[in-house]
Amino acid sequence: MKLTKTLTAAVFALGAALSAQAAEPLKIGLVLPMTGPFAAYGKQIEHGVKLYLERNGDTVAGRKVELIVKDDAPGTAGDVSKRLAQELVVKDNVDILAGFCLTPSAFAVAPLATEAKKPMIIMNAATSAITTKSNYIVRTSMTLPQITAPIATWAAKNGIKKVFTVVADYGPGHDAEGQFKKTFLAAGGEITGEVRVPVRNPDFAPYLQKVKDTKPDAVFIFVPAGEAGIGFMKGFQERGLAQAGIKVIATGDLLDEEVLDAIGDPALGVISSFHYSEAHKSPENLAYVAAYTKAYPKDRPNFMSAGGYDGMHLIAEVLKKTGGDASGDKFIEAAKGMKWTSPRGPVSIDPATRDIVQTVYIRKVTKVGGKLQNVEFDQVNEFKDPGKQ
Amino acid sequence: MTPAKLDLSPLRRAAAWRPAEYAFWLLPVAAFFLFPKSLALLSQIAITALFCLSLDLILGYAGIVSLGHAAFFGLGAYAAGLMAKYGWGDPLLGLAGAAVMAAAAGFLTSFLVLRGTDLTRLMVTLGVSMMLYEAANKLTDFTGGVDGLQGVDIQPVLGMFSFDLYGKTAYWYSVAILFVMFWLARRLVHSPFGLSLRGIRQNVGRMPAIGAPVNARLVAAYTIGAAYAGIAGALLTQTTQFVSLDVMAFSRSAELLLILVLGGTGSLYGALIGTMVFMAAHHFLSDINPQYWQFWLGAALVLIVLFARDGIMGLLRKLSTRARTSS
Amino acid sequence: MTIIFDGLAAGMLLFLISVGLSVTLGLMNFVNLAHGAFAMLGGYTCALLLSRLGVPFLLAVPAAAATAALAGVILERTLYRRLYAATHLDQVLFSIGLIFMAISTAHYFFGATQQPIVLPEFLKGQINLPGLDVGIYRLFLIGVGLVLAAGLQWMVSHTNFGAQLRAAVDNPRAARGLGINVDRVFTLTFALGSGLAGLGGALGIEMLGLDPGFPVKYIVYFLIVVAVGGSGNIKGSLLAALMLGVFDVAGKYYLPQVGAFVIYAVMVVMLIVRPQGLFGRSAAK
Repeated sequence: MKLTKTLTAAVFALGAALSAQAAEPLKIGLVLPMTGPFAAYGKQIEHGVKLYLERNGDTVAGRKVELIVKDDAPGTAGDVSKRLAQELVVKDNVDILAGFCLTPSAFAVAPLATEAKKPMIIMNAATSAITTKSNYIVRTSMTLPQITAPIATWAAKNGIKKVFTVVADYGPGHDAEGQFKKTFLAAGGEITGEVRVPVRNPDFAPYLQKVKDTKPDAVFIFVPAGEAGIGFMKGFQERGLAQAGIKVIATGDLLDEEVLDAIGDPALGVISSFHYSEAHKSPENLAYVAAYTKAYPKDRPNFMSAGGYDGMHLIAEVLKKTGGDASGDKFIEAAKGMKWTSPRGPVSIDPATRDIVQTVYIRKVTKVGGKLQNVEFDQVNEFKDPGKQ
Repeated sequence: MTPAKLDLSPLRRAAAWRPAEYAFWLLPVAAFFLFPKSLALLSQIAITALFCLSLDLILGYAGIVSLGHAAFFGLGAYAAGLMAKYGWGDPLLGLAGAAVMAAAAGFLTSFLVLRGTDLTRLMVTLGVSMMLYEAANKLTDFTGGVDGLQGVDIQPVLGMFSFDLYGKTAYWYSVAILFVMFWLARRLVHSPFGLSLRGIRQNVGRMPAIGAPVNARLVAAYTIGAAYAGIAGALLTQTTQFVSLDVMAFSRSAELLLILVLGGTGSLYGALIGTMVFMAAHHFLSDINPQYWQFWLGAALVLIVLFARDGIMGLLRKLSTRARTSS
Repeated sequence: MTIIFDGLAAGMLLFLISVGLSVTLGLMNFVNLAHGAFAMLGGYTCALLLSRLGVPFLLAVPAAAATAALAGVILERTLYRRLYAATHLDQVLFSIGLIFMAISTAHYFFGATQQPIVLPEFLKGQINLPGLDVGIYRLFLIGVGLVLAAGLQWMVSHTNFGAQLRAAVDNPRAARGLGINVDRVFTLTFALGSGLAGLGGALGIEMLGLDPGFPVKYIVYFLIVVAVGGSGNIKGSLLAALMLGVFDVAGKYYLPQVGAFVIYAVMVVMLIVRPQGLFGRSAAK
């Protein structure tokens, strides 16, 4: 008798606790570079997250979403990102950590997510190993090998035999170079030359001259998006490398929609592999692009806003599944295997690695209605991160 | 032959601790209880303060302008990080290793900064730090490059206090090291060595005449400053268990110079107060307005230069003399 | 051959973006780290005139310089002149404050993305000679740089204004006594320095890109050129910039493994050999 009473009381108390929790706001801490050299990235991701809430309502499983944005500029300083994440957990009591634009910030915060048992949603950082650093990490962007391997396969299949690689001399550049070489050599191609250029490099003249002198079929380029990509493409055109019969192949971040206009016409005809294009033809993307352009008329949707948008989508769907429970273990369990149709196409979360599985497209820069666009013409379906195999 | 007796009492008096200083060192204790949830920020303020102190030793006392001081900070950070990664995770051992490493680098490069004008020194220090940065960026197998050094496994401090989520250990550890290093620096600048540095800064020409070896003193000061910066870097590594390439970046050196000038050079406390004010303002402004906080920070700097020369310490000194004369 | 040509062009670009600093720092002895902010203003003016209003490139560039010069006059009259007597460190603090404000302002109005710029057809492409490929825009930069250097050198050493300027910098009190309007000379010189910065910014977009981070991103390059050239010396800055450009490009072509180190190594070695800069006045304060 007494036991039943205590049990009932306990059940009631538990129920009350649960419903109280459900009514509590859902706090999401976004750690993003909002100033400094990567401010454009942070802004895009924030746009994506906010756009999702705008389109789908800001209440998820009965809990009102509260975003707390922290500027971890310059974005490459792990200590700053970690301090901000620590503050979000300790002081602001956030339920979920999200954002993480660049690899060092994700690496630095990963142990904290494990210790605090908080879900950590990677919305951009692309180094393959990130998801192995904590069991609470889920990624909704892409991995570098995932977007690099398809272009190597495509090139080898389409009559490109000799390739010269030009990559920026830093971690991600080395990873891209490694993956490209591995896939391309395995497919029977030949690397005629390789060069690593300094990350801060205002002038590509010497490297382009080197490329021109070795006369490859194509040059594979990986540099940080922004002025480096612009400098390369402009120099490429100025030097008449295209007329010399040399093609440019790249990963899509070089030709991200925000940079494409700044490169201008020299970008025409460049072939790249990537997971998101503004020109992707699907009803979901049409609606997404329209909503984005309406909300942020000054900017163009790109892969980073897609990463933020899908990250928020994942959070919302997981919470629906758990009934509003955002505690680390439950969240991650529910996130594994989650499948949905994103503006970029069908995506899912690999239950084994908590990394994203998605279609990677081969695209060519073309003018569509006066605007430069990456127009997709080939694709690899349900492509997993080759970096973890 | 008895050596001539010198009256050293004014110097001893200058070296004695003043009440305001005791009060100042109660601040970190008060902060712990007032802001128990911001310990991560407070520890980083303590670490940056130590870093700033190291620049004050070479700029404020030896008069060497540097725009590449992050080189030593970074060397210390990597030294401590690599030691921890390969099994020597004891924090104090890491600090010692970092100090030795940075001091060695400081000693070697000090000969480059002996000659030339301020601008030359600025650029030579900058060049050295940029080359170190590029080296760390290229050696990805060793340093992790731009992705950062991982697997930094730090043992508990003194084998008792492990680093926790709330950052309590990190805070007390950083503050304790800052205090010890500050105390040593304070002894140093009031020693004959410190006085000779001041003499060099005020008049290089005359110092050899009174038998002070100018170059040797500058080399020593630069080396000590580098060791301090190395310790600060090691502290950052140990409290965050991560080393990012950014520890050597130009922006860190530039920001440090900014903080020191803001606080006021050549008084040790200027370095500490400048750090507290700058980092608190940075944090506060970027919380309110994550996108455009830089504007307000910039405006504050411009106003400070226009209305309060010689940094915050200059302002405080002016206020205190005014208070004394009026009373 | 092509490598040497490219090196010269890269050097000329360095010269163009830093000569303005050589004027303010060297001739006026003011550590104006906000130099890049004026360059950025010039860059944005040029980019906007080109893309929004369709102004021809050759008109947009001088307009950019004029805008930056005007901004220079306004700021000099209101703020900078209060700090001529301040220490160099205070000037550093002040100009960094200005940089922060400029970055945020640019970010607010133009967003964080790179600005597009399209060159007119006649400046695009290459002329191919046997053994030498000459980029037309690079040739254009070299031409502009040479004209500018010659003009400035002539102005400083052969005109009345140049003489007044040198007098005003060396000894303002004596210069005043001689009836030189020192304030006006300083204002004009500052306008010249900021105008040159604006010009460099406008001409540099094609190769350096343009976003709100511009003033910080290239500050190191400005300082390298001025320090190696010896401050206040147009000829020195030109020579230093060309040397750095050639070494940098050649280093990257022949030794790509150490490409990033070359420019810094060259700078450090040159400064150790000649601490006052290539043509520094040893008594220069």
